[in-house]
Parts: sequence; C-alpha cells; structure tokens
Amino acid sequence: MFSLQDKQLADEIISQIKKDDVHLRFMHVCGTHQDTLIKNGLDSVLEACGITIGQGPGCPVCVTTPREIEEILLLARKGKTVATFGDMIRVPGDTSSLQQLKADGCDVRTVYSIDDAVRLAEKNPAKDIVFMAIGFETTAPTTASTVLRVPPLNFSVLSCHRVIPPALHSLLEMGEMRIDGFIEPGHVSTIIGLQPFESLSSRYHVAQVVAGFEPLDLLMAVWMLVRQVKAGDARVENEYTRAVRPEGNVKAQQVMNKVFTHTDVKWRGFPVLPKSGLLLRNKYEAYDARKKYEDDLVEFNDKEFPDPVGCLCGEVLRGLISSKECPLFGGECTPDSPVGPCMVSVEGSCTIEYRYAKKK
Amino acid sequence: MTTVIREKSLHMGRSFVRVNFINTRGSRVPVCLAIPGKIVSLDAKKEYATVDYGSGTQRQANVTLVEVQLGDYVLVHAGFAIQVIEESEAKETLKLFREMLAFQGEG
Repeated sequence: MFSLQDKQLADEIISQIKKDDVHLRFMHVCGTHQDTLIKNGLDSVLEACGITIGQGPGCPVCVTTPREIEEILLLARKGKTVATFGDMIRVPGDTSSLQQLKADGCDVRTVYSIDDAVRLAEKNPAKDIVFMAIGFETTAPTTASTVLRVPPLNFSVLSCHRVIPPALHSLLEMGEMRIDGFIEPGHVSTIIGLQPFESLSSRYHVAQVVAGFEPLDLLMAVWMLVRQVKAGDARVENEYTRAVRPEGNVKAQQVMNKVFTHTDVKWRGFPVLPKSGLLLRNKYEAYDARKKYEDDLVEFNDKEFPDPVGCLCGEVLRGLISSKECPLFGGECTPDSPVGPCMVSVEGSCTIEYRYAKKK
Repeated sequence: MTTVIREKSLHMGRSFVRVNFINTRGSRVPVCLAIPGKIVSLDAKKEYATVDYGSGTQRQANVTLVEVQLGDYVLVHAGFAIQVIEESEAKETLKLFREMLAFQGEG
C-alpha cells in the first residue's frame, strides 16, 4: 500500500509538464530525492520538459564542517570511543579520517541508531563513548529523546545537528543562482510540518512543495511547482500527505526544544548561518562532548580549518555547479578515494552521480 | 496485509526490495531516509515496538517520539519511529493525483 507505481499516471504527469512549455530551475535539499531522481532517470526526463533540478545542501554528512571532523578525530586520538553513522567514518579530515584512525588502533564504531551508542556505553562503563550526532530535523529528535532518557554519564554527544530552513533562506539571500521553486524534504517535514517554510515563500516569493520519495512523488511535486509558478503563486504545498501533517510531529518538536537550543553555525560551503545549529541546553551539559572534553579540544580554539584543496563540495552544496563540473570528479576524487564529503555520503550528489553514471 | 517496500524504475522496469537499507551494520544508510512498517508488538512502557517491514523482516524500533497503537504503520528512521502514516491517505494518494491531473486537464 505504500508503493506508488502507475506507469500511466507517470506518463500523464510528464505529458502535462511538457505541454506547459516552461524553462524552470528547481532545487531539492535531500540526498534521497537525488537518489530517486538519478536512479530512475527522472533528471533527464524532466530536462527534456524544460525542468532542471539541482541538489542543494541536503546531505547532513556533506554540510558537516572540517572543524567538526577535526574535533571528532581529535577525540578519537585522545582515547575516546567514537560512535557515528557509517558515512561519517569515511569523510576525510585534514590528515586522516575516522576509518584511518580505526585502522591505526583508535576505537571507532559504526552505529545504525543512537540507541546502539547508548548500549555501547552501558556495556562498557570504563570507556568514554562520544556519539557524533549528525542529521537535520529528522535525526535531531532521536538524539533529544535519548538524552531525555538519561543515558549513563560515560556517554556524550558531539552535536553537529542542523536545521534546514536557515540554509534555504541563505541560498535565496545570496542570490547566486535562479531558484524557481523548492522541493522540500519529506522526512524533515514529517517532524517540522509546513509552517517553518512559509516565511520563505512570503519573503522571496518562491514556490515550495513538500515531497515524498517515490518516483511518482517527485514527478507530482514538480507538476505542482510548475502549476504554482505558472499561476504566479508562491506558497507551501504538501504532496506527501500520507506522512506529513501541516503541524508536523508535535511530540518530536517538543522533545527537540526541551533538549536543544538554536545556535549560529557554519555549514560547509556556507558562511555562519544564524540559528541553524542545535546545541544541547545547559541543563544537559553533562552529555555535551564539547563541554565535557573542553580541555582536550582547547587546542582548536581560534584555529582555522580550510576545505580540502581543490574540492568544490561548497559550490555543489550551493547548487552552483553539478558534480560533473568539478575538475576532481571521477579522477582525483572517487568513492574509493574521496577528497570531499559529497563523494563519501550515499546522500552526496557526487557519490550518486558517480554510482549511476558508471552504470549508464 | 503486507507492506512491500518496493521501487520500480520507470525506465528499466526492474523492481527490488529496499529492505537492505534496514541493515543494522548500517554502513550505507542515508541519514534522511525513513522506511514504512507495521507495528506488530509493543512493550508495556510503549518505548519499543517490533516493526514488520514485509518480506519477513522485523526489527525493534524506538517509539518514544510518536503516539502509536498496535497495527499502526510508522516511518522508521535511524531506529526511531518518526511519524505515523495515515493508512487512508496512503491508499488515496494515487486517486488524489489522478483527480488533480484530471482537474487540470479540464481547466
């Protein structure tokens, strides 16, 4: 019942979009959307209809900054047990990656869920477990819920959580490129609902549709965006009604607000974005790895952490270039030997491009 | 009712089961992906549920972020149920799309 498959309907949507005879540029901000687009060849189908769709900063691993990566590498080097999601392990820092440190004898664990990291702490009371918490509003509530359930004190969180709307504001504010509409991320929206996107439409007159992840979901979202643009509308519509309520998941929002406060953080490829990061509130500072290990991290104070030489992940994340336009793509930078995070994460547009382009 | 998480390529006509994403070793789990499944058992404290993803795959999920009952369909992300799926909405989705397209055709 959750699989949307109807070839005839897909053809009808495509034919209506084609008839509209438009030339529009949309952006989505989710690696899973990119995967659906490229895997099913929807990018070329839509291009033939005059629609270009780029991936913005919708890859949590990719927008993590060199500083955050160096922080976790340093903690691993200083004997902490580091736990995080699989993709993060392979992201190269300045001189190493978590994967490399693991090979060198540091204790680095891949987990599927923050729950796994807490269990690790429970089973190993003598070890200090640091969970590198990445992810947008979809993942942040899982961290918050875990902290509220009072995990053991040998567990802590290096919060690299970020929220999506400030990045969209920044893209439109910078105005480096034309964006006729946003395909908003369905699973972020299950949590935050529709309201947080509304100020974008009113301020910048941009069309927005929250979309699911089946090929038909994306086609329908594009169709809805085209309707809005043609009518001169700019509002937030919901295509993914089976999972996204207008108010979002209020319980998850409350849990998030209880544990986190918003803070200004830098994103890879972006400047410091106001109130775009999630910081553990003082009440939970016993679980905040940056406070708990302040003495370990002190050497990073006032230190600058540049992006890898020649890496254009920043331009890819702002949607200014496609992965293929990066001179390193497929040569110096491949999934086996990545230079930047967009070639590491399964949600990174370079990895997705490389994976499917090779199969074509 | 079984829930088959399938995606069919529009061009190559192949379909495959996407449950590989629930792999707990999890080295290639997209951070924003969430997978639908049905709650088949629930612990007394309503903290953990067994979720059936179809094709014989069942896993524990943390349900502290949602209000759920036995038999509900939920979206599971990184081991947590993040939202309840409206069964009626899911069933109506294609119908709704057709209506929207037809309405546009008339307009």
